[in-house]
Amino acid sequence: MNQYSQKPTCLTEGIKAAWPICFGYLPIGMAFGVLAQKAGLYPLEIGLMSLLVFAGSAQFIAVSMLSSGAAFPTIILTTFIVNIRHLLMSSSLSVFLRGLGRGWVSIFAYGITDESFAVNINRFREGKWHWSQALAVNHISNIFWIAGTVFGGLCGQLIPPGSFGIDYALIAMFLCLLVFQLRGRIYVITAAISALMAVGLSLWMPGNAYIIIAAVLATTIGVLIRRR
Amino acid sequence: MVRSDLICLFIAMGAVTFIPRWLPLFYLSQRSLPEWFTDWLDLIPVAVLSALVVPEIMTVGVPRHLSLINPRLLVALPTFIFALKTKSLGGTVFAGMLLYWLAGIIF
Repeated sequence: MNQYSQKPTCLTEGIKAAWPICFGYLPIGMAFGVLAQKAGLYPLEIGLMSLLVFAGSAQFIAVSMLSSGAAFPTIILTTFIVNIRHLLMSSSLSVFLRGLGRGWVSIFAYGITDESFAVNINRFREGKWHWSQALAVNHISNIFWIAGTVFGGLCGQLIPPGSFGIDYALIAMFLCLLVFQLRGRIYVITAAISALMAVGLSLWMPGNAYIIIAAVLATTIGVLIRRR
Repeated sequence: MVRSDLICLFIAMGAVTFIPRWLPLFYLSQRSLPEWFTDWLDLIPVAVLSALVVPEIMTVGVPRHLSLINPRLLVALPTFIFALKTKSLGGTVFAGMLLYWLAGIIF
């Protein structure tokens, strides 16, 4: 962890790092808001859900389950299963948050999403990233997610879906962050194994458990190859 | 307007989402880890990113099936090369969006 304080710049640096996430969250958030509104949720409820849960795919699934009349315990269990993949991201971030107080760590944990993880882990690896900047990325993304979903619930139907290729923002961001992670042969091999397994498993099993299974297996194989 | 049963549902959903985000960070950040485990954690990001994005561009539909010719995948190739060449996140996001928008017009 950096010894020097970067507090004064944490917000501006956070915004610089978080903008692709915000860009991607707006259309997805709005799409979610439209869906949630159709499922009978009020804008305030949509905002509270985004604030309390802050997990895109789980929220989509929960809302479609709500509109099909699923029981609450089923929805809660599904949410848990869909979000269990964050175990891996949280473990991986822990290396860079060593020694940070337990209170701050707990606040940080709230904001770990696929997107904030991807951005922050890259910055941490470059070595010039302070936890306060990473926390800023988490919360700026969070604000955009909440705003996008509420906006979608209020007037999302007025905007045509798929405008200006904005649906591709997050995919392009993930592709680029994946490129940044390809820092040597072992990383390329691990990425290739993970991709193959993930595609294979995703065709074979419903839900998104393929992410955690493919990542754990590919990482383990990668470590074995590296240590050989 | 807010219904209290829904808020209870959202709180429970939030709690089960928070636990896997919080547990590893809370415990692992407070202790030193064995070398094999940090080696393992070192490879996690690349594996997670790959597992997140590749099925996203190579499969379509519900239930998913393999699709080797679809706009997402076709746009992903030049976007990937753009990212490799420029190492620019902002540039890549815009290039990907532009190409996807164009692909939407062509297809």
